[in-house]
Amino acid sequence: MHNELILAGFGGQGVLLIGKLLAYAGMKAGLEVTWMPAYGPEMRGGTCNCTVVLSDRRVGSPVTNRPHGAVVLNLQSIDKFEPLVRPGGILVVNTSLINRPAVRTDITVVPVAANQIAQEAGNAKAANMVALGAFLGASGLVSPDLVRDVLAETFAGRQKIVQLNQVCLSKGYDIGQACAPAMAGR
Amino acid sequence: MAKKLMKGCEAIGEAAVQSGCRLFFGYPITPQNEIPEYMSGRLPQVGGMFVQAESEVAASNMLYGAAGAGCRCFTSSSSPGISLMMEGISYLAGAELPVVIVNIMRAGPGLGGILPSQSDYLQATKGGGHGDYRMLVLAPSTVQEAADLTMEAFDLADKYRNPVMILGDGLIGQMMEPVEFKRHVEPEELPEKPWATTGAVGRAPNIVNSLYLKAEDLEQHNLALGRKYRAMEAEVRHETYRTEDDPDVLIVAYGTVARIARTSIDNLREKGLKVGLFRPVTLFPYPTAALAAAALRAKRVLVAELSMGQMLEDVRAAVAGRVPVDFYGRVGGMVMSADELAEQVEKLAAVPA
Repeated sequence: MHNELILAGFGGQGVLLIGKLLAYAGMKAGLEVTWMPAYGPEMRGGTCNCTVVLSDRRVGSPVTNRPHGAVVLNLQSIDKFEPLVRPGGILVVNTSLINRPAVRTDITVVPVAANQIAQEAGNAKAANMVALGAFLGASGLVSPDLVRDVLAETFAGRQKIVQLNQVCLSKGYDIGQACAPAMAGR
Repeated sequence: MAKKLMKGCEAIGEAAVQSGCRLFFGYPITPQNEIPEYMSGRLPQVGGMFVQAESEVAASNMLYGAAGAGCRCFTSSSSPGISLMMEGISYLAGAELPVVIVNIMRAGPGLGGILPSQSDYLQATKGGGHGDYRMLVLAPSTVQEAADLTMEAFDLADKYRNPVMILGDGLIGQMMEPVEFKRHVEPEELPEKPWATTGAVGRAPNIVNSLYLKAEDLEQHNLALGRKYRAMEAEVRHETYRTEDDPDVLIVAYGTVARIARTSIDNLREKGLKVGLFRPVTLFPYPTAALAAAALRAKRVLVAELSMGQMLEDVRAAVAGRVPVDFYGRVGGMVMSADELAEQVEKLAAVPA
């Protein structure tokens, strides 16, 4: 099992956070993991992404130009990363902010209205969690229970935040599972 | 201790604390700001002190004072800041003071950019400051190694009474990986430093100095330093990957590029190409003999760096023309992909040796 994943969006949408949660959950699942932010003179509103590698062997390159999966939360990110996803891979598309459909037909596309779903659940800021849930549902890479544990640890003592995020994760997970294929290279 | 997910920079900071280091002097610069940030929060928790110096020049001289008084101390910076410290580092080497200096390299020259680079190799391994001196230089390739080598760096600095440099790059510093801290030392448990200036009570005064105005004395000092640098050869260390079947192409790379090369090698091996990796862990002393032996078992050598070809000089010296040596580098903060490096290997493998 070896998976290279890219999570991308605007600065402030929480793509670095969902990347960390995914890496942390992967570590708890006993996998080798890396989390690498595309660091630079980024700022709120600019584009932002990170690469997470989950593997059952020592991770070589922590960056990739051929991800097995991508989660894209805004238009610039789908334009940049859709062409890179490996055939058979997974692309989670935040349809709340991306007004065009994915064009690839050789990958599994998971459309999810992340902002809208998060808004309905109580706070649009948790859109990142809906998208992460959708990715987990479609890929089956890491158990959502582990991510729920990691959320509880990360936001210990802030019960409302934990609850909201866990709800959003589950809503995304159900949508992802409905689209689930087998992931390439798994 | 359970594994934690940490950035390379944070792991270096925590490793310093676990090594009994209680003093940090530094000045902010990207991409290593997570080290001073971490130390500023962590050191006060353990009775230590974080000092943001007025400049890197000042920070390197604060190290001189603290190390001279026998304290474990360290600094971190990135390329332009390390250049500013070079005067102080030369003095530290001349006065034989044990300190740890972390360079999380960014692209240069000048202010350059903030993205990863390996273009300070020559500065780190060949002197950098003035005078005949060397630092031990350790190059981690993972976050775990960044922690382990930082812990070892403090011991090596004390053992040789010499500055030790951890040479990483922006990628190692910013990346998160699981890490565990395998040792814990309290400052009180560290060996005595009988040469340190601790207040000459009941003993003759100690002098920490790098000034020798008599040429005869300075020559003896230089010769003694030279013997010490040769003795450091005992610390030489390297790692190999998939070299057991005498590869057609031997990639030589360190740090970040070495781990990218592992991915290239796995992919090339699946295609049936015989490719292996030689990775120096110590950059000074350089694993010259081991590299020469590994290179002689390969048909060709490909040196890969995030520079225009700096370690290349040491590889060429080790191989001494016995095997063809080629080079591939990306610069300016660009990082080669595993596919890109693999393409270079495929091109080379197609050339008759």
